[in-house]
Amino acid sequence: MKKVLIANRGEIARRIIVTLNKMNIATVAVYSEADQSSLFVKEADEAILIGPPPVAQSYLNMEAIIAACKETGADAIHPGYGLLSENARFASRCAEEGILFIGPSEEVIAQMGDKMIARNVMQLAGVPIVPGTEGEITTLDDAVEQANRIGYPVMLKASAGGGGIGMQVCHSDEDVLAAFQTAKGRAKAYFGNDSMFIEKYVESPHHIEVQLLADQHGTVIHLLERDCSIQRRHQKVIEESPSPFLDDTTRHHICMAAVSAAKAVGYTGAGTVEFIMDKERNFYFLEMNTRLQVEHGVTEELIDVDLVEWQIRIAQGEKLRFVQQDIAPKRHVIELRIYAEDPITFFPSPGTITVYEKPVGEGIRVDDAIHVGSSVSPYYDPMIAKLIVSRDSREEACGLALQSLNAYQIEGIKTNIPALKEVLSHPEFRQGVYDTHFISSIRQSQRG
Amino acid sequence: MKQVRATMAGTILRLLVDTGNEIESGADVIVLESMKMEVPMATESAGKVTSVKVQIGDFVNEGDVLVELE
Repeated sequence: MKKVLIANRGEIARRIIVTLNKMNIATVAVYSEADQSSLFVKEADEAILIGPPPVAQSYLNMEAIIAACKETGADAIHPGYGLLSENARFASRCAEEGILFIGPSEEVIAQMGDKMIARNVMQLAGVPIVPGTEGEITTLDDAVEQANRIGYPVMLKASAGGGGIGMQVCHSDEDVLAAFQTAKGRAKAYFGNDSMFIEKYVESPHHIEVQLLADQHGTVIHLLERDCSIQRRHQKVIEESPSPFLDDTTRHHICMAAVSAAKAVGYTGAGTVEFIMDKERNFYFLEMNTRLQVEHGVTEELIDVDLVEWQIRIAQGEKLRFVQQDIAPKRHVIELRIYAEDPITFFPSPGTITVYEKPVGEGIRVDDAIHVGSSVSPYYDPMIAKLIVSRDSREEACGLALQSLNAYQIEGIKTNIPALKEVLSHPEFRQGVYDTHFISSIRQSQRG
Repeated sequence: MKQVRATMAGTILRLLVDTGNEIESGADVIVLESMKMEVPMATESAGKVTSVKVQIGDFVNEGDVLVELE
């Protein structure tokens, strides 16, 4: 690989450029009109304007990106995360044009991108999945029978549902009797389809994911877990590793389940298997992300590895140079996502940065894409920076995180920094006791 | 005349009211899309919609007038 085009923007484009520079590979950025003065455009060796600000006309425009690749003579594309990174069609277009797509095969991307197929593949591979009904439930008797088979509490869901509409938690037969017809009626009204299914309801859920690396020679290793349970609006806000919730036995089991999942699909490259874990530490497959994760930096700091470098080496056909026994946590790592948003309502806050001072020091890493004068565009994701702190113990890492947040100065837009400080200072978080409802529950208790 | 203004920059995703509609205070009038999130814009006062100033797909800045009421 001599020249790589980065089909992404913002902090992740900058992050990928750093590794490509280190590996003496030339870099090509593609950018929209909204990103003309962005840092990643300046930092790349070459930059090609691919369209107007909306992503559909720029960062999701496959043909414009492929044309930029040909124009600059880039031999490979790194898709980053989001955007085209999990688009099987894009991977196949790259292959048709003789461009190396840095990621797994289009078949794997397509399989893991389909929830039902992914669920079936994992079940066959012996990876636990959330217990649920196979087909749709049509009658009340059927619903009660299935709910008992699965075991309470269960979640009654509309097959066509989304956004929580038509979902109902049931703790007993009486609940099912009371909820079934109403939920069915609501599903009919909202989605024009009243087909229902029942799934085990996971109480006090934790989001635990496992980082994997798989080469093209059949070797798959895991790089331990990340606990991503601190979320708002089902989006991750804080990630850490090692997870304070896992014991060594569970850690071993969940990591090996992720390895089995990757082997079952013939995975190659860097990937992540996401699991939901209940309070008894039973875990179930959620999905597999066939790309670099936003929070990959947690794992990089945890075990001193460059995941982007390994994505490139694997894509070039190299063998992994470490074995499973080499992988052990060297420290405790916490990542805090800085979002341009109101710290109370979490509504977006685009605008122009007027003051920007980031924390510096030992154990502090900031992956960002902003500077004084840069505008945070309403067209793209609100994440503007990731603060990653590392220390020997979790308690020290929490302390460093709080100290770094206090030192972080961003003006001109609102950020979630006050909300992050609130979490970091909370006694339950400090004890490592939290689930995915943490932020909403502390907000609820404040409202009294 | 009362106005509903955009509380943030973004693209108009949906119009929830039309000229002539009687609306109550607190009602959502427009849905903006900003930073990949749908954000409803609500009116602070009740009234009759006299004019909808934007169309779907328009880009608005914070403070731009979306809807006028009487």
